[in-house]
Amino acid sequence: MIQLKILFYSMEVAIISGKGGTGKSSISAAFATLNDEVVLADCDVDAANLYLLFNPSNEEERIFVTGEKAFIDYNLCTNCGVCINYCRFDAISFKNRRILISEIACDGCKLCSRVCPENAINMIPNDKSRVYAGSFRNGKMVYGRLAPGEENSGKLVNIVREKAKQIAKTNGLETIILDGPPGIGCPVISTITGVDKVVIVTEPTISGFHDLERIVELVKKFNLQIFVIINKYDLNLSVASQIKTWCLRKDISLAEYLPFDENVINAMVQKKSIIELNPELEISLKLNMIWYIIKNQKK
Amino acid sequence: MIKIAVASGKGGTGKTFVATNIFYALMRKNFRAMLVDCDAEAPNSIAFFQTKLIKVSEVTQLVPVINIDSCIYCGKCREYCNYNAIFILPPMKIIQVIEDLCHGCGACSVACKYDAITEKPVSLGKVNLYSNNGEPLFIEARMNIGVMSPVPIIKEAIKNINNQAEIIILDSPPGTSCPFIQTVEPADYIILVTEPTPFGLSDLKQSVEILKTINKSFGVIINRVGIGNMEVYDYLTQENIPLLLEIPFKKEIAELYSVGKIASEKDFILEKQLFDTVENIILQYGSSYNKR
Repeated sequence: MIQLKILFYSMEVAIISGKGGTGKSSISAAFATLNDEVVLADCDVDAANLYLLFNPSNEEERIFVTGEKAFIDYNLCTNCGVCINYCRFDAISFKNRRILISEIACDGCKLCSRVCPENAINMIPNDKSRVYAGSFRNGKMVYGRLAPGEENSGKLVNIVREKAKQIAKTNGLETIILDGPPGIGCPVISTITGVDKVVIVTEPTISGFHDLERIVELVKKFNLQIFVIINKYDLNLSVASQIKTWCLRKDISLAEYLPFDENVINAMVQKKSIIELNPELEISLKLNMIWYIIKNQKK
Repeated sequence: MIKIAVASGKGGTGKTFVATNIFYALMRKNFRAMLVDCDAEAPNSIAFFQTKLIKVSEVTQLVPVINIDSCIYCGKCREYCNYNAIFILPPMKIIQVIEDLCHGCGACSVACKYDAITEKPVSLGKVNLYSNNGEPLFIEARMNIGVMSPVPIIKEAIKNINNQAEIIILDSPPGTSCPFIQTVEPADYIILVTEPTPFGLSDLKQSVEILKTINKSFGVIINRVGIGNMEVYDYLTQENIPLLLEIPFKKEIAELYSVGKIASEKDFILEKQLFDTVENIILQYGSSYNKR
C-alpha cells in the first residue's frame, strides 16, 4: 500500500527595519493577533519585547552558548607575553606587570590559549543566553534572550527560528511571524535568510529613509519578496510620499501608509496589541488589510 | 578630554536626536567637540549638519587564502578555527574558507606548518571624517551592506578621535550586545535615552544591568514625555538612577527631526537644557578623568 502523506509547510514572514523604533514589534503583535493562531518568534534577541505583551507560558528553556572567552590562570602564567603578539583583537596587555585579558575585547578565537607555552589560558563558555518556548493567547511563542554584552546573536536567531518551525509543524500552524532586530548586520541576515516574505517597517524621516535604502539593498541580495510599511506617515507627508515613490521604482510588492495613532502606545501600556485594544480603529483595519495582502500575494 | 556616549537598549528612542542636539549646543558655545557616529549599521547623525567629507579610510579584515599546491589536507587549520570558518574533506581534497564566518584571528595561519595559508584583506566598511570649517568634527563608522559585524568599524572610528578635542559625543548603536559595549566601553559617562513605554523600560533595564556590570557612570534622559505610563520613573527612583532631563513629546520636534533639522535651532529651551545637562556631566566627571 502506498501511504499518502500531506507535506506540511508553514509560511515564514519576517518583520524588520533598518532603523530602530519604527514600530516593528507593535506591528508584529498586531499581525499575530489578527485571526488564525500563529507561531510568533521574537528574533530581536538583543532586546526581546514581545513577551511583555503576551506573557507566554514557559514550557521549554534551553541554554545557548554564544562562544568562549579566554581567562588567565595566574598560578601558571609567567608573564612571558607570547600571547600578546598573537592576539589580533588588542585584548591582551601588560598592566601592573601582569598579563591582562580584556573580557570586552576578547573575541574568543582561542589562539592565545593554543600558543601559551605554560598552558595558562583557559577558554570558558558564555552560557548565560537562553531560548524560551511556550504558548500565548493566539498560538505559540518562541523568543531568545542574549545575555547582555554577548555576541553571536545571528546563531541564536537561527536557533529561535528552528524551534519556531518545529513547533509550527507539530502544532499544524501555518504562519510563523518573525519579529526582527534593527540594523543590517548578522542577526538581521539570520532573520531573513530563507524566509518567504519580508516586511520592512520604516518612518517618514530622513534617517528612516536612509536606513530603508540600506536594508532594501541587503534584502535584495537574498531575492525575497518585499513589503514596505511607512508607519506614522502623517508625521511628514512629503518624506512619506518620497519614500513611497522610491519603493515603487524599486519594484517592491507593496508600500502602504499607516497613520500615527497614540492608541498604539496605549495598547502597549495595557499589554495588548492594537488589534486587541480595538479592532475597529482606522489603523487596525489598515493592518488587517495589509496582513491579508502580505499573506496572500504571490511572488 | 571627556567622552560621553549616548545610548539606549531600544532603537528609535532618540539617541541620534539627543547626540546631534548636544553637539549643536556645544558648538554654539565654542567647545572643541567631536561627534562620532558609532551606529555603523544605520549611520544617520552626520546628515543633520552641513559638512564636507575630508578623509575616508577603508576598514579591512584579513581572511585566509589557501594555496592548494602546498596544502596536504591535514585539517590542523580547521582544528584551530574556533568559528567553523574552514570546511575540509581530506579524501576528496576539498578545502574551503567560509569568509562570512571568519573573524580574521589568524589562528589558521599559525596552525599551518606547510606555508599553505596566506591572508588577504577584505573590506568591512569605512570610517569617514567630516568637517565644516577645516577642523575634523565628525567621524562616521559605516558598515558595508552584507557584512556581519560592525564591531571592527566601530573600533576603528574610535581610534580616529582627535586628541585635541575637549568633548567627544559618541552616538551608540541600539541593543546591548557587542556593538553597544564597544561604544560605551571607552566612554567616561553614558547618557541612556529612553521613552516612557513598557518596551522602552524593558530595554532600559537591560542597558542598566550591563553598565553596572562594567562599572560605568550613567544617567537617563526620558524622551517623548507625555506618552505611555509612569513606570520608568518608579524604576529610576527605586534603582537610584539620576534622571538627567525630560524631553516632552511634541509634534514640532518630530517634524524637524524628520526633515533632518536640529530641533535646538528653533527650540532654545531644549538647547539650554541639553547644554546644562552636559555641563553638569563635565563638571562631575570631566575633572576626575583629567586627574587619572
